[in-house]
Amino acid sequence: MENLPLLVPLVILAPSLGAIVNFFFGAKLGEKWSGFIGCLAAIFAFIISLLLLTYVTGTDGSAAVVNPPLVDGWLRIESIGLEIPWQLRVDSLSVTMMLVVTGVGSLIHLYARGYMHGDKLYPRFFAYLNMFLAFMLILVTANNFLMLFVGWEGVGLCSFLLIGFWWDKKQPEGWKNSNAARKAFIVNRIGDFGLLMAMFLIFWTFGTLDFYKAGELPNTEAKYLVGWREHNGLLDHADKAEHNGDDAEGAEQAEQTDDGHGAAYVCESADQTAHDADDAQKKKSTTSTSDAGADAHEIDEAHETESEHGAVNPLGSDIRALYCDNHHFDTDYLGVFGQTQERFGQGETVDFGGFQLAFDDVIFLIALFMLLGVTGKSAQIPLFVWLPDAMAGPTPVSALIHAATMVTAGVYMMVRANVMLWELNHGGYVIGLIITLVGSGTALMAGYIALGQWDIKRVLAYSTISQLGFMVAAVGIGAYVAAMFHLVTHAVFKALLFLGSGSVIHGVEHGHHHAHSHSHGDNHDDDHGDQEFDPQDMRNMGGLRKRMPITYITYLIGTLALAGIFPLAGFWSKDEILADAWYEGFQLNELSGFIAFGILLVAAAFTAFYMWRQIVLVFFDDARSEAAQQAPESNGAMLLPLVVLAIFTCIIGFINVPKATPIFSNIYETYEFKHFLEHSLLSVSRGHSLDFNLLIAGIALGLGIASIVVAHNVYKGKGLARGNRDQLERHASSRVAFRLANARLYWDEIYGNLLEQPFNRLASFFADRVDWDFLHNYFHDSIIKRGFDSIAKLLGQPFDLGIIDGAVNGVAWLVQRLANWMRGLQTGYVRLYAVVIFIGVVAVILLMLTPFLQNMLQSGS
Amino acid sequence: MHSIGTEPYIILSLVLFLMGAMGVLMRRNAILVFMSVELMLNSANLALVAFAQQWQQINGHVFVFFVMTVAAAEVAVGLALIVNIFRERQSINIDDLQQMSG
Repeated sequence: MENLPLLVPLVILAPSLGAIVNFFFGAKLGEKWSGFIGCLAAIFAFIISLLLLTYVTGTDGSAAVVNPPLVDGWLRIESIGLEIPWQLRVDSLSVTMMLVVTGVGSLIHLYARGYMHGDKLYPRFFAYLNMFLAFMLILVTANNFLMLFVGWEGVGLCSFLLIGFWWDKKQPEGWKNSNAARKAFIVNRIGDFGLLMAMFLIFWTFGTLDFYKAGELPNTEAKYLVGWREHNGLLDHADKAEHNGDDAEGAEQAEQTDDGHGAAYVCESADQTAHDADDAQKKKSTTSTSDAGADAHEIDEAHETESEHGAVNPLGSDIRALYCDNHHFDTDYLGVFGQTQERFGQGETVDFGGFQLAFDDVIFLIALFMLLGVTGKSAQIPLFVWLPDAMAGPTPVSALIHAATMVTAGVYMMVRANVMLWELNHGGYVIGLIITLVGSGTALMAGYIALGQWDIKRVLAYSTISQLGFMVAAVGIGAYVAAMFHLVTHAVFKALLFLGSGSVIHGVEHGHHHAHSHSHGDNHDDDHGDQEFDPQDMRNMGGLRKRMPITYITYLIGTLALAGIFPLAGFWSKDEILADAWYEGFQLNELSGFIAFGILLVAAAFTAFYMWRQIVLVFFDDARSEAAQQAPESNGAMLLPLVVLAIFTCIIGFINVPKATPIFSNIYETYEFKHFLEHSLLSVSRGHSLDFNLLIAGIALGLGIASIVVAHNVYKGKGLARGNRDQLERHASSRVAFRLANARLYWDEIYGNLLEQPFNRLASFFADRVDWDFLHNYFHDSIIKRGFDSIAKLLGQPFDLGIIDGAVNGVAWLVQRLANWMRGLQTGYVRLYAVVIFIGVVAVILLMLTPFLQNMLQSGS
Repeated sequence: MHSIGTEPYIILSLVLFLMGAMGVLMRRNAILVFMSVELMLNSANLALVAFAQQWQQINGHVFVFFVMTVAAAEVAVGLALIVNIFRERQSINIDDLQQMSG
């Protein structure tokens, strides 16, 4: 059981291998095996995620950090003290995301086998899908911001590739697709700038990018830990006062907001426990932290299961206990969030070389930059504009990437950073209000635009933006569990809706081919570019209820869930967000709570309205086109995921039933999901735990049903064919509102006029005036070219021809003269040569005889 | 045997050598130059034999034989050259042979 987290690298490895196989051998494998391998990789990753879930639940919320083999250390720049290990994190939050990604992902893979049937780039599609899964899993299993960023960019790349998957269609649709892909990529770069800035600030401030170090407990204030400390008399007075009368957890909130740091780590008790901790364990932890890269893996036992017996102090295994020294410990041993928890509100400053900032302000800046990143990835105001265009991609892509998983990465990151947001919110910063405004504003705006759309997928796209707004607003009011809960349920039912819409489009398309079978080929992908007929336009549909019964029923379930109808998944998660907002606003008098509650309620009503409008237009009444008349039900490969997702839509909401819910709290364990997440989220332990609020649930449910009834009356039986005006447009009172929604509030036009055109003008100014006129014509031609010419002339004429050539020619001339003179010596007379030789011989002999002769002369004299 | 010393032989050898050298340097007839060379060789031979006699060493005699052999070979080659040169230009005046002048 303890070794289960070692499997986590497989979660990433399996889809990576699937992608590699499909990239290089996909064409040879053929459609059947290529799809099989893609699905197998996804399902394998899902099974591993399930095993990891059993680990987290089985060890009561342990958090494990795994260093996968072969990727030892990853990134190290010693001169600036940068050391980023490639560590994978297994805790309740990452496992939740893994399950969503691989679970929904597997079903979408299965679905894509049917949907992409006949596409000429079938293997490449599965390669991209698998690659996306791999990057998404890197994102959610990351234990540091840089790994998260790798995943973040990777999914962005896959998103780009898959949106533009049909870039080579007939024009102009091919252009439309590739433009949509580029739009998504470029808009996301703006958000990534924010994330990068946040990362730089984090590294400068904390000296690390790790979320939590190996051996660090994410939540030292979890109820089970506090209970243990209380039981063993290790709780100091501040803690005790706070946790006395713990039964009414809601009442404790007011006290906690006043004293956000009451529950900060108590050094005394930890010091004591450090001595108590058995030496072997201590040694193991020490080596694992100081030498993280060297070990193949370290598993942090968050706490022992026998803690309730008092045998081992659960805090003894926390890294803090080891570095505790007389009421003070070195925070350098903690990860980013642990350091935030300990250092926030202590009046520290951070030195930026030229200037200094208060620590708390830096955290605020980090959160703001992070929010910019979130607005890009999670499609919030002002960077949401790429998501509706992203529907140009194949429908499984829209379901997987642009509804269920990738776009929730921003929400996941903010929930991961809940410590920062919580501390800021309770330290007097307005970050919560800002996030709430962004989130709820997005929810309302996107919900409104969805009312006026004709494209079946575009409605769902705006619906996704709207629901992401719900999640972001939930983060803003501090309801992190509600945000994650909505993330999970939304992933399920929005994937269901997208896959259902894919089934509808598929059916209508085939119906269209069938109706025009003599004039069209049967090639699936060439006919996407049909200009006269748009298979995604809801005005071409109608009456599909009878033609596609299974699609209809599953779609209906998804719609009701999204509309928040009891007892489907969306009801529970949306209600929890609303209840939390209500509590924040009306009980705690937080402005963000009022805003979120009011706006989200309206957005929820919009949701129900546009979804029912879609149901009526697509499935009810009579068929409004030949294609819809002859649309066949989709094949089994596509229907199976729909049915499975529909079943999950019905039951997934029960994982987090609030306390004191009539009937249901007796059947299901209450707040199970919340207790599961508590191990990873510090703020959950500090926050409140609400009872089921019948009033709010009633209001939300009533609004939802009322919207559905109104929508039904407005659209049913009106036969809204292409060319006809929408019901809302016919009435003078709602005409302007509808046209605004239909024109998508002119966001693209506003951006086009405000940003794109000035940008283009600036670019053409730089190109024409600065580059061409100044740099090219003046600077290059006049200054550089002329200067070069004169220098060249100077070097050429006197220097090269004069000095260099002169020297060479002079030497040649000299040699010639010398040789001429020496020629004269060669007369050709043999006798002369003989004389010379004779003289030479005599000279040599004389030379040899010189000493001898000298001797003779001396002795003679 | 003891009547005459080495010196007269050496003086004779020196005289012969100088005559040969003068002949080589002064005569223009190739044949005569050739003969002068032979004279010089033989004067050297005489000196060698004289010294060999003086020091009672066999080396000098051996050298002399070598020199005579080489001289014979030289005569063969040289005369062949001269004959050919004469055939070529009907003259054996060595001053005419100056094509190699610079």
